[in-house]
Amino acid sequence: MTIAADPYEGPVVLPDDPSFGPGVQIDYPGYRSTRWRAPKDPLVTLPEELHRIDGPVFGNAALEPLDNDLTRQHDGEPLGERILVHGRVLDERGRPIRDALVEVWQANAAGRYRHDVDRHPAPLDPNFSGAGRCLTDGEGRYAFTTIKPGAYPWRNHDNAWRPAHIHFSLFGRLFTERLVTQMYFPGDPLFPFDPILSAVRDPKMRELLVARFDASRTEPEWALAFEWDVIMRATPFES
Amino acid sequence: MSAPTPSQTVGPFYAIGLCRHPDDELDPDGIELAGRLLDGQGEPIWDGVVEVWDAARGLWGRSGTDADGRFRFRVRPDADVLEAFVFARGLLRHQRTRIYLREVDDEVLRGLDPERRSTLLAWTESDRLRFDIRMQGDRATVFFAH
Repeated sequence: MTIAADPYEGPVVLPDDPSFGPGVQIDYPGYRSTRWRAPKDPLVTLPEELHRIDGPVFGNAALEPLDNDLTRQHDGEPLGERILVHGRVLDERGRPIRDALVEVWQANAAGRYRHDVDRHPAPLDPNFSGAGRCLTDGEGRYAFTTIKPGAYPWRNHDNAWRPAHIHFSLFGRLFTERLVTQMYFPGDPLFPFDPILSAVRDPKMRELLVARFDASRTEPEWALAFEWDVIMRATPFES
Repeated sequence: MSAPTPSQTVGPFYAIGLCRHPDDELDPDGIELAGRLLDGQGEPIWDGVVEVWDAARGLWGRSGTDADGRFRFRVRPDADVLEAFVFARGLLRHQRTRIYLREVDDEVLRGLDPERRSTLLAWTESDRLRFDIRMQGDRATVFFAH
């Protein structure tokens, strides 16, 4: 059996369509679950001041000591390739966003999530929960130690596989500076087959979701490193 | 200006990362606000997340949906409106809506015809507030560009 390419060859919504956000076609037919869930009505425009309200602020009280090290949350060490994932959270003008809450979750090295609904017949790892959080520092920097997640199958189409990825959730300063996205690893052969990544129709925008291998931050005899910066979109009025 | 990082779906397994701690009580002594998240066929969205923000009081909450698409919060009963985001598998970007706990005279509601406006109004059901979110269809909830 071969792996089907992302089967959708239909029309492309312009990546800058302001009603749908940055570079994402929200009703992308190749990703089947969008069909009955993505809104069909045109989005309504809000008064400008409602784009500028402050969002929630999370402090250190939201964190537990090992939240930024997914390899040390259990008695033993998880299986897999130990990695450091780090980067900066910036606004569109390149200014760091400090104290941003960054939450991550991921599959284990075998491609299995610690979630009741995940039925992929790959082993769970008793030493890996796959979730973490941290706050960015004064320069907008975040960092997690984790293991590289595995690719896994899903049921979107025949023999569908997701490229390895880490889910990210981020809160900026404004309520509208809210982003949930996925970070991918460079050179993954599954990229052209993945409708979720392909829903970002502009190849240059897709590249923004792929981390960079960071030789300078690898730790000898310990861990590889990947760097990934996140640019938070503020309001439709600022761009 | 740098191009913003594109959004991607929260996926079906978000709960391991986003629902580790109960976050649904904006005010533990407040009134219950409960509802269902429904897709375009009226089926429950069992893998969605609703976040609400009482901006006037600085109170934030998050609720994952259950097998029946239900979410619940405890909110300040004197709030007029909550800002809300909806995340789910199948949503490549989160959607923004507003939950009005009472009908107020504001620019947002004035700009909508009565049928559309009603999708943003919570209603009282015994001793709690109800608010359903419909992603599509005749009674689809109003979603806002953001």
